[in-house]
Amino acid sequence: MIRTEHIGKSFGPLHALHEVNFAIPQGEWAALLGANGAGKTTLIRMLAALTRPSAGSIEVAGFDLERHAHKVRQRIGVVSHHPLLYGDLSAEENLRFYGRMFQVENLQNRIDELLSLMELKKRRHDLVRTFSRGMQQRLSLARAVLHQPGVLLLDEPFTGLDLHATDLLTRFIEKAIAGSVTVFMSVHDLDYALAHAQRLLVLCKGRLLMDTTPGGIGRDQLVELIRE
Amino acid sequence: MKSIKTAHLVMILLTFIAVEMALYLTFLYAPTEKIMGDVQRIFYFHVSAAWASFLAFFFVFIASIAFLRTGKAHWDRLAASAAEIGILFISIVLLTGPLWAKPVWGVYWTWDARLTTSLVLWLIYIAYLMVRSYTTDAERGAKFAAVFGIIGFIDVPVVYMSIRWWRTLHPAPVIAGGEGSGLAPEMLHTLLFNLFAFSSLLITLLILSYRISTLEQRVQALKHHS
Amino acid sequence: MNSLRQIYTILYKDVLLELRSKDILTAMLIFSLTVVVIFNFVFEPGSAEMATSAPGILWVAFAFASNLGLSRSFAREQENSNMQGLLICPVDRSAVFTAKVIGNVLFIFLVELVTLPVMVLFFDLSIGAVWLPLLATLLLGTLGFATVGTLFSVISANTRSREVMLPIMLFPVTVPVILAAIKSTAWLLAGRDLGQVWPWLRLLIAFDVLYFVVCFLLYEYVVEE
Repeated sequence: MIRTEHIGKSFGPLHALHEVNFAIPQGEWAALLGANGAGKTTLIRMLAALTRPSAGSIEVAGFDLERHAHKVRQRIGVVSHHPLLYGDLSAEENLRFYGRMFQVENLQNRIDELLSLMELKKRRHDLVRTFSRGMQQRLSLARAVLHQPGVLLLDEPFTGLDLHATDLLTRFIEKAIAGSVTVFMSVHDLDYALAHAQRLLVLCKGRLLMDTTPGGIGRDQLVELIRE
Repeated sequence: MKSIKTAHLVMILLTFIAVEMALYLTFLYAPTEKIMGDVQRIFYFHVSAAWASFLAFFFVFIASIAFLRTGKAHWDRLAASAAEIGILFISIVLLTGPLWAKPVWGVYWTWDARLTTSLVLWLIYIAYLMVRSYTTDAERGAKFAAVFGIIGFIDVPVVYMSIRWWRTLHPAPVIAGGEGSGLAPEMLHTLLFNLFAFSSLLITLLILSYRISTLEQRVQALKHHS
Repeated sequence: MNSLRQIYTILYKDVLLELRSKDILTAMLIFSLTVVVIFNFVFEPGSAEMATSAPGILWVAFAFASNLGLSRSFAREQENSNMQGLLICPVDRSAVFTAKVIGNVLFIFLVELVTLPVMVLFFDLSIGAVWLPLLATLLLGTLGFATVGTLFSVISANTRSREVMLPIMLFPVTVPVILAAIKSTAWLLAGRDLGQVWPWLRLLIAFDVLYFVVCFLLYEYVVEE
C-alpha cells in the first residue's frame, strides 16, 4: 500500500507539489493523470525514494520512507520511461546485475522464469542496445519485478510501445494485482486508465485535484480536468 | 524582512563611519614605513581584504552546511551572496598584492604561499559561482554549489600548507614589515581598525546582496504565479 | 557485508562494460601519450632540462587524462539514466561512491602503468631503484584525483556545459595533490633519499584520507534530487 500525508516539494517560491494526500490500499491499481508538468514524475520519483519531499511524510509497503528508505526500496519495483538498463550488457547480464544488487535468492531460476514470461528467452545473450523499444521495456519490467516487490511504480510505461508489448504489460499487471501487488502508474492514455485502473488520481499544477474511481467520473469531465 | 532592513541601515551607517576613520588612520595617522615608503600603506587594505574574503568564504561554508541539512532556500541565497562578495575581496587582494610587490620586490608576482593560495581560492570560488549558474535545475544547482562550497573551504588550509612546503624549498622573499614582526604600535592600531572596517563592509554588502537575491526570488515567484 | 557485495557487483559491472567498449581506457591512454609526445618538442633532444621537467610533464599528462576518463565514466551512467537505476537499488550511496572511486582508480592507474615506461624511454629516465615508491606516488596521487573527481563528475555531468565544468572544479581543488605528486616524483627521479620524499607522500596520504571522508559523506547530496 501507499500513503502520503501532506507531502509537498518546493524550492524557494516554486512549488512542484503541494499538500498531496492519498492512500492506495494493497492490491489496488491506481492511475495518475495530469497534463505535462503537473508533477506526476516528481510524485512517482518521491514514492520511489529518488526525490525527497520538502514537507509531509510517505509510507510505502508498510514502511516510512524517510526512516526506512532501504526497506522501501527492497519492496518496490520501478519502471520509468527510461528502461534503466545498460546497453552494453546482455539481457541476462542486466538482470543478474540488478538481481545481485537486490540480493535476490535463487537468481538464475528467477531470471529464466522472467525471461520466458517476457518472451525474451531467445535474445537473452544479446546486448540490450540491439533491442527494440518494446523489448527493452519488457526487459525493464522483468528488472523491476526480479525481487518480487509488493508495490509497482510505473512512470509512463507505455511510451513508445507497440500493441503487443502494451498487451503483455497489461496482462502482467493484471496478474500482479491478482497477487495483491499494489500498482501505481502515471499514464497519458485516458481510455486506458478508465478501462483498467480501479482508482483515478488527477494532478494539476502540483495539487491533487481529484481522487475517484472510473465509475465516479465521466470521460468528458476528466478531459476537462486534465486540460486545466 | 523588516528587521533585516533595520539591521542593514545600521550597518550602512556603521560602515560609513568606520571606512572614513580607516582612511584617516591609513593615510594620516600611521607613520610612513622607513624602507618601503608610502607604498607600504597598501598593506592595511591588502591584509584586511584577505581577512574579509576568508570570513566570507567561511560564511559560504557554514551556510552550505546549513542548506544541506535543512534544504531551506534562504541558506543557499546567503551562501551565494557570501561567495560573490568573497570573490570581490579576494580580487582586491590579488590586485593590491602586485601593486605592493612591484616597487618593493621588483616583480609584480611572486609564487609566495599566501599570494598563490589567494589565486587558487579565486579560481575555486569562480568555479563555485559557475556550478550554480550552469545548472538548469535551481535546487540541484544549490545542492551542487553547497557541496562544492564545503569542499572548497576545507581545501583552503591544505592548499596553503602544500604551497608553503613547496616554497620553503626555494629562497623565500623576505616580507619587510610583515604582520607582527616589529610593527609600530600606530601601524598595529591602523591594521586592527582596518580589519574591523573591512569586516563591517563585508557584512553590509552581504546583507545588501542577500536582500537583492530575496527580491529577485519574489519577482520570480510573481512571474511564476501569474 | 551487504555493502561489500554490492560494491563488488557495481565494480564488476563497470569493468565488464569497460572491457566491452574500452572507450575510457583508449581515450585516456592515447591522450596521455599525446601529451608526452607534444612536450618532447619543447626541449632540445638530450638536454638536461628534459629530465628535470619530466615529473611535471608526467603529471600534466595524468591529470588531464584522468579528467577525461572521469567525465566519460560518469557519462556512461547517465546515458540511459542508469544512475537512477542504481539509486532505486537498496544500496547505500556511499557504497556506490566507493565502487566508483575504486573503478576510476583502476582505470587511471592502468593507463599510468602504460604511460610511465614510454616516458622513461622518451626522456631517458632511470627508475630501476625507485620503482616501488614511484608506484606508490602514482597510486596515491591517482586516488586523490579519483576521489574528488568521482564526486565532481556527477556535478559537471548535470550542468549545461557538461565536460567543461569538471576541470574547472577539479584542478584548483586538487592543487595540493598535483603539487605533492610532482615533488615526490621529482625527488625520487633525482635520486634523493626516501627521508626527503616521505613528507610529500605523507601529504598525499593525508589529502586522500581527508577527501575520501568528505566526498564519501557528500556524495548522496549530489546524486539524489
